[in-house]
Amino acid sequence: MEHSLYKFIIKYSLRQQIILTVLSVASFIPYYYFLDIPKAIVNKGISSKGVTYPVDIAGLGLFQLDKVGYLLWLCGVFLFLVLVQQAFKYAINVYQGISGERMLRRMRYELYSRVMRFPLPTFKKMSQGEIIPMITAEVEPLGGFIAESFALPIFQGGMLLVTFAFLMVQNWMMGLAGVALYPLQFYFIPKLQRKVNALGKERVKGARRLADRIGETISGVQEVHAHHGSHRLRAEFARRLGAIYWVRYEIYQRKFVIKFINNFIQQLGPFFFYAIGGYLVIQGSLDVGTIVAAVAAQKEMGGPWKELLTHYQAREDARIKYEQIIAQFAPEGMRPPEQQLLEPEQIPNLNGDIVLSNVSFTDDHGTSVVDGVTVTLPNPGSTAVVGGMGRDELLLLIARLLDPSRGKIMIGGADIAEMPEAITGRRTTFIGASSYMFNSTIADNLLFGLRQRPLKLRDYDGAEKRRFDRETGEALASGNSAEDPAADWTDYAAAGVDGPDGLTAATLKALATASFDDDVYQLGLRGVIDPARDPELAARIMEARQAFRARLDDPAVAALVEIWDRARYNDNATVAENLLFGTPVGDKFDLERIASNKYMLSVLDKVGLKDRFLAIGYDVAKTMVELFADLPPDHEFFQQFSFISSDDLPEFKDILARTSPDKFAQISDADRGRLMSLPFKLIPARHRLGHLDADFKALVIKAREVFAADLPADLKGAVAFFDPEQYTRAANLLDNILFGKVGYGQAQAAERVGMLTADVIRDLDLRPTITQVGLNYEVGIGGSRLSSAQRQKLAIARAALKRPDILLLSEATATLDAATQTRIMDSLFEAFQGKGIIWSLHRAAQAERFDRILVIADGRLVEQGKFAELNRDGTEFHKLLART
Amino acid sequence: MSLNEEVELLRRIPLFAKIEPSKLKLLAFTSERLTFPTGSTLFRQGDPGDAAYIIISGDADIIVETPSGPLKVAQLHGNDFVGEIAILCDVPRTATVQAASPLTTLRISKDLFFRLVTEFPQMAIEIMRVLAQRLERTTADWRAVAEKLKQTT
Repeated sequence: MEHSLYKFIIKYSLRQQIILTVLSVASFIPYYYFLDIPKAIVNKGISSKGVTYPVDIAGLGLFQLDKVGYLLWLCGVFLFLVLVQQAFKYAINVYQGISGERMLRRMRYELYSRVMRFPLPTFKKMSQGEIIPMITAEVEPLGGFIAESFALPIFQGGMLLVTFAFLMVQNWMMGLAGVALYPLQFYFIPKLQRKVNALGKERVKGARRLADRIGETISGVQEVHAHHGSHRLRAEFARRLGAIYWVRYEIYQRKFVIKFINNFIQQLGPFFFYAIGGYLVIQGSLDVGTIVAAVAAQKEMGGPWKELLTHYQAREDARIKYEQIIAQFAPEGMRPPEQQLLEPEQIPNLNGDIVLSNVSFTDDHGTSVVDGVTVTLPNPGSTAVVGGMGRDELLLLIARLLDPSRGKIMIGGADIAEMPEAITGRRTTFIGASSYMFNSTIADNLLFGLRQRPLKLRDYDGAEKRRFDRETGEALASGNSAEDPAADWTDYAAAGVDGPDGLTAATLKALATASFDDDVYQLGLRGVIDPARDPELAARIMEARQAFRARLDDPAVAALVEIWDRARYNDNATVAENLLFGTPVGDKFDLERIASNKYMLSVLDKVGLKDRFLAIGYDVAKTMVELFADLPPDHEFFQQFSFISSDDLPEFKDILARTSPDKFAQISDADRGRLMSLPFKLIPARHRLGHLDADFKALVIKAREVFAADLPADLKGAVAFFDPEQYTRAANLLDNILFGKVGYGQAQAAERVGMLTADVIRDLDLRPTITQVGLNYEVGIGGSRLSSAQRQKLAIARAALKRPDILLLSEATATLDAATQTRIMDSLFEAFQGKGIIWSLHRAAQAERFDRILVIADGRLVEQGKFAELNRDGTEFHKLLART
Repeated sequence: MSLNEEVELLRRIPLFAKIEPSKLKLLAFTSERLTFPTGSTLFRQGDPGDAAYIIISGDADIIVETPSGPLKVAQLHGNDFVGEIAILCDVPRTATVQAASPLTTLRISKDLFFRLVTEFPQMAIEIMRVLAQRLERTTADWRAVAEKLKQTT
């Protein structure tokens, strides 16, 4: 990106600037006539000065107009000029907007690209909160400025000159007097403005700090709660807001002083006209008309002059802002763009020993974190790195995620500093102690390591193609990437497979390598699919449902799951579920809202359950108040067991005090609603409150029928009914297989049901399919819907799928339990046989199986060798072993 | 069986005999009723203790694993309370408990049990009393065994 704003503008928008300038100048012509036409209407059209009728318009005798006709003709011309003038304005504005937007797009794209080239340590000093507003908000006004950077001064300057010339023609002294004070303004205003600009910058910085603080608070919100830090944070935040306030305060004061001076000087013009001109009139050397014309002209000049001054100020502002942003986005050690943009046709393998010669790395405090390491690591082969500080950095250096301050790293005879990321990013993989996941599905995160460039373009046709081509053209016009994110970017060959079909098997294998297969399978079981889009899978799940049902015929397990049966009440489900006999879709019928749903209430009324609900609700409320009244409000029993939250308990106490079963006739609608909401949540087998007798259950079954039969059209989509022969669309896979509720009161019911379903799934060989559903699980922001252990496993699976030549792990499994750690190490050694593994280990004992062990202390390599060689008295390694 | 019947049942257990009915109702409401088919185990010797059980109906055997094989040391019946030692002292289960007939129990989780004990001191005192009685009985048994040993040697 160019260092000066104007160079940037000229380099990327010269053509647009020229077009805009030409358009602006061209618009002077209709403007001139537009100014002239009123005079013609008044003098010729109305007063008929020097006009003889009929008027011959085109001079060919074709259009002969009488007086009225001529007036109308002139008025028509006036209207036409208005149109032409506005059309020019429209064209200029739109074109200006487009050019500004393109430049803005180019700038944002460039800044974003730069962020990805920043050396990693930059992010220790520069936070997200600072970077994001710079790319999003702060560059925004630059786009607007760029669009008018040339056209505006030329246009307004032209206007100014024209008016000045007019003034000079009238009376040259007056003309000069009109502009006499301009140099004064031109000198003073920018001076004053400079201070305001500086304050403006201060304000921007303040806003950035504010954004930074908000970002930090969100990231650390758990800590805020855990230590009741909100009080202090609010105080700090208030001070930061205060800082912005005071800056703004000063800006306002100065800004209006400038305005004051500006307007004052502006009015000095008329002052002189009246004073000097008036004197001259009295002296008899000037006529009054000239003074009036001069004042009017000076006023005309005021507009463009003001615009020019504003533009001058905006230019200063834009220039500084631009330079500031560019400086921020060019940290020392930034990688050159080629390193990310180069895509060599052939990606060489990184086989051959990894040779570090005198490699040092100094952090931003000047501490040598890695200090003069010279070593040769076997590749293929395995290396363990143990010891103290500097291990992580050493691996980051080999993965080229950090650049050494001194020294060189060669792999197979090639300097890695020279390699484009296309090679290092494909042939090496670094996994740290905590891995970041993008807010997408597990599958997308897994394939992130295989998607480096579009390999199979997507075909578009018809309107889609036109849209795509248009977008591509526009992207190129702004210097953006024109590549299609919707193309197939997956590098199947890198994963060692032919295409999407083979990838499935490779993915399952990678999941197994990372011990992540079971997690994904479990997520899949709880996943929801759309049977309309995936009828095959739905059919297979239905098979599983039948098989599971057959298993329940065994009396030993029959009570584990109570199957949904249209003709029977399900004791292990809530009353709401029994009424719906289906799964709510959306929130119309969810447990919290069902009691206030008008249609549901009308159904209850129809079958005569309304009064029963009220009576049961009253009883339940009474029991809850009795059970929970003595407990402190924050007692966890409320959350675990109560139908009524601790906040609502007093309200229910009041309701109970106000009413009793014999006064139900007079109960208020609000109280009735509150009480009636309780029975919906009852599960007879679990709560055992004894309210739900056979009679009640029979009525519920009746209500169930009525509910389904009369369901209005607008609610049809709000519930997916249970049907033994149909896949329930809103329910997850597991619920579809069970097609019932796990029975309460059965010892180890969950485990035994889990085993039964696992058997069924194994028999039908459904596990891979369910795992695939699990792959579509959305991991949430930063992978927050996965546990940290799951994120690590996902990162390892991603590496196993990508199959780099060199795998670097820096305590990558430290968050996992010991058994899983061992299992993953075993499977990674198997999967990466014949490749390079470099593993930074916390526990030295785990290093036994490695070909080579490096012992690092204070960033220096103190020992190296095989386990047997190092494991003797007196070595650092021996001490490390003893410590664990 | 409804909640009220369970409360009646709990009151017949000495440990809970002196606790107010409303607290027993809370206990019954917040604990889980579990049924075990004959031959299944409530818990195994050596397992970490996570819950105590009240037998509502049916019989259960207490089995101790010895070097010479499992040894049935006692049988539990309705109204008996079992498994409290492991949750009170945080030691692994000292014996295996197995259903000798279809068994219905009330499972009181460790958390719940401690919460009840801390919240209702009468219950703690009751437990102390029951444990003390048990200790006294064990001591008496032990004295009898010692006497017997002395006679046989």
